[in-house]
This record gives sequence, C-alpha cells and structure tokens, in this order.
Amino acid sequence: MPHFQPRTYHVILAVAALLGAGWIWLTRAPVESVHGGPPPAPREGFAAPDFTLPTLDGQRVSLHDLRGQVVLLNFWATWCAPCKAEMPALQRVYADEKARGLRVLAVTVETDTATVSAFVRRYGLGFTILLDGGAQVSRLYRVQGTPTTFFIDRRGVIRSVVVGGPMSEGLIRSKVEDLLREEAP
Amino acid sequence: MLPYLHIGPVMLQLPGLALLLGLWLGLEVVSRQALRLRLSGETISNLVLLGLLGGVVGARLGYAARYPEAFLKAPLSLLALNPQTLDAATGVAVGVAVAWLYAQRKQLPFRATLDALAPGLAVMALFVGVAHVLSGDAYGMPTHLPWGVTLWGAKRHPTQVYEVLLSAGVLVAIWRLSRQSRGDGTLFLATVGLLAAVRMFVEAFRGDSVTVLGGVRVAEVVAWLVLLAALWLYPRWRTSYSQGSAGGGRDARAPSRGRPGHHTHA
Repeated sequence: MPHFQPRTYHVILAVAALLGAGWIWLTRAPVESVHGGPPPAPREGFAAPDFTLPTLDGQRVSLHDLRGQVVLLNFWATWCAPCKAEMPALQRVYADEKARGLRVLAVTVETDTATVSAFVRRYGLGFTILLDGGAQVSRLYRVQGTPTTFFIDRRGVIRSVVVGGPMSEGLIRSKVEDLLREEAP
Repeated sequence: MLPYLHIGPVMLQLPGLALLLGLWLGLEVVSRQALRLRLSGETISNLVLLGLLGGVVGARLGYAARYPEAFLKAPLSLLALNPQTLDAATGVAVGVAVAWLYAQRKQLPFRATLDALAPGLAVMALFVGVAHVLSGDAYGMPTHLPWGVTLWGAKRHPTQVYEVLLSAGVLVAIWRLSRQSRGDGTLFLATVGLLAAVRMFVEAFRGDSVTVLGGVRVAEVVAWLVLLAALWLYPRWRTSYSQGSAGGGRDARAPSRGRPGHHTHA
C-alpha cells in the first residue's frame, strides 16, 4: 500500500479538496438539460411519445389530449398470465383514483375484439382499452414483453417504467399517488 | 444496449442478471480476501448475505412506510416480488446495521473485515456499470464527440462505457493492492476513495443527474465528500495500526477486535 509522510497526505487532501470543488463547479449540468425538457423517448425522465389509438367501441384516444391528467399506460394481452394477475389491482386503483385525475390506458396488440371484450367483461374493467392491431405503439414504446407499464405525469413525462409483472396493488398505488399529488401544469 | 433476452416464452432481464453475477463473483473474491487476512470466508460471506437480506427487508418496509395508505389497503403487497417498491436509503441503513450486529456477535475485527469486503465492492461496482451498459440507464449528456453513441433520441456521451472502463481499472488496482493488505482498513479506504473519484468523473458527463443550486450535481458533491473522508482517514488508520503492531496499541492488545487472525468462526 502506498505510504507517504504526514505532510504529503495533507497536501494531497488539500489538492483533492480544491480540485474537487473546482471540478464540481465547472461540470455543472447545462441549463438546457435542467430546464429544456427531455425529447420523446420511452424511458423514465423523457416525454412520453404521443399516439392515437381506437378504443373497443371505436372512439379514438390521443395521449396528447390527456395532458393534465396522470396516465397509467399498460401494455397487456389476454393470454398473458401476469397481465391477468394484475388487472384486478389496476381496476381497484382506477376506481379509487379516477376522480383525482387518473386515466388508465390498457393497450393490446390483439386483433380479435371479441376475445378482448370477453376478457374485459370477465374482469369487470372500467378503464380504457386501446387496440394496437398493427403494434405501432408497442414498437414506439419498445415494448419487449407484456405486461409493461408506463406511469406518465400531468406534464406528459414518463416517471416510472415497470417491465414484467404482476405489479402489486401497493406498487400501483404508490406510483400513482406520487403523480396525483403534483399540481397540473 | 440489450436489456432483455427472449428464450422461448421467457424474457430474461439482463441488467438484473449482471448484478446477480457481480454479487456472486464479489462474494467469491471477498471469501478469498478473507482467507488472505486469516478471517473465515464463511463468516464474511454470511455477513454479506445477512446484510443483503436485512437490506432488502428494510428497503421494502422503508418504502411501505412512505406510502402507508397504499400498503394498508393492500398489505400482501409487502411480500410482492416488485423491486420497484424498495427504498434504497432505508435498505442501506438497515443492511449496514444488520451486518454490524452480526460482526459484533462474531467478534469480527472491524478494519480487517472492511479490507476483506473491499475487492467485492470493486467487483460489484464494475457489474453495476455492466448493468448500465445493458439497460441504457445512467446515460450521458448529448455530445458531438466522435465516440458519442446514439441513445434515447440523441448522440450522447457513452457514460456507461466510461463507468465500466474506469471501474475495471479500479478493480485491477485493488486486486493488486489486496495482496499487500495488512487488514488495517486502508484497502477499503483506497477502494471507496477510487470509486468516489470515478463517480465524480463519470457523473460530470451524465444526462440524468439530480441537480441543486443551478446545476450542481448532487452525486458529485457526495462523491467528493466521500473521497475527502477516505483521504483524511487513510494516514490515521495506517499510523494507528502501525503503532498497534509495534506493541502497546489497542489493536495489539485486543487482536480479536482490531486485527485479523483471531475470531470466532460461524
């Protein structure tokens, strides 16, 4: 192990203190990276990429129109076991928090609307089901597997991404609670 | 970046696997270093595993304490396999406390134990960097430099690669120093100091830093303070050990608590 005289240690300590303080000051984050806002990308800290998709009953929903609300964007499939396991918790949280401004958008790439409708009835889902038959939005969000869930704040920024599941009700409630507490822009 | 690997219907999360591999290799080098310092490799491994277990339990309880209403409505969520519901600060505090209590119970010598853990810390830091490469986390600021990489919609500093290269350098240095370690705690201080210096350097190019006071990066300030603490302690621990070894020092009088070589096995 290196061994120096005590005076040398003091000099090293003083130089490290001065150089470190200077480095911290010189390498401050540029103003634009703090206040400029992130570009759209499907990851935490970035603006959620915009999209428009049809619902089960043929209406069209755009993410941009939901600005000011907290959006839970869940990619799922009827055949996916963890998706089935987390659906009741999603429904309970949605029922409890929709009055405070929570929107749940559940996106499936399945094209058989009868199967999707039967699933929705069976689980008693009251939130919005979106059909992504061409998987464009799934690709836009680089979804590698289901379930994948994005928690989007009132400014349209992705604040958390959960890949895989099932998510516990405590996880969903805690992530949503943080975002619901924030003021609308 | 390769966050996931599909094998049939199974999707493996590679960053998590990298961390598990780092933990396993870290435990291996910790055991070897413990034997070199005449400590029980098994006892030191148990210390790490108990600390980790305590850390996970503490992290989950700490997270639940932040959101009592959410977890009172769904108490079974406390047992869920969701790594997103862990509070890192509480986890570290509880993990360190559990490891401390175990070390006290086993009468492990404090500084020698830290020196046994040091190479494992360096291994783990390297694999955290590998996990960042795989996940694309800890990404850099936009840059026009020729070695920039396109990630998250911009050409950026490859901070994950900086982290891996520098952490690998730290590991090599600590590996070499570990052969000369006397169990006086200075190997641990060298590891912590070097890793803090790496963090100060890499953080300067990160695009996801938490900032205060008009852009000052919090992680750099914390790493700077850790580095200064390690530099300040280094000569003191070294000198006090040398004096203890010369005879009459506390370490020499109480070898089971201050020096390697004498302790209760697990």
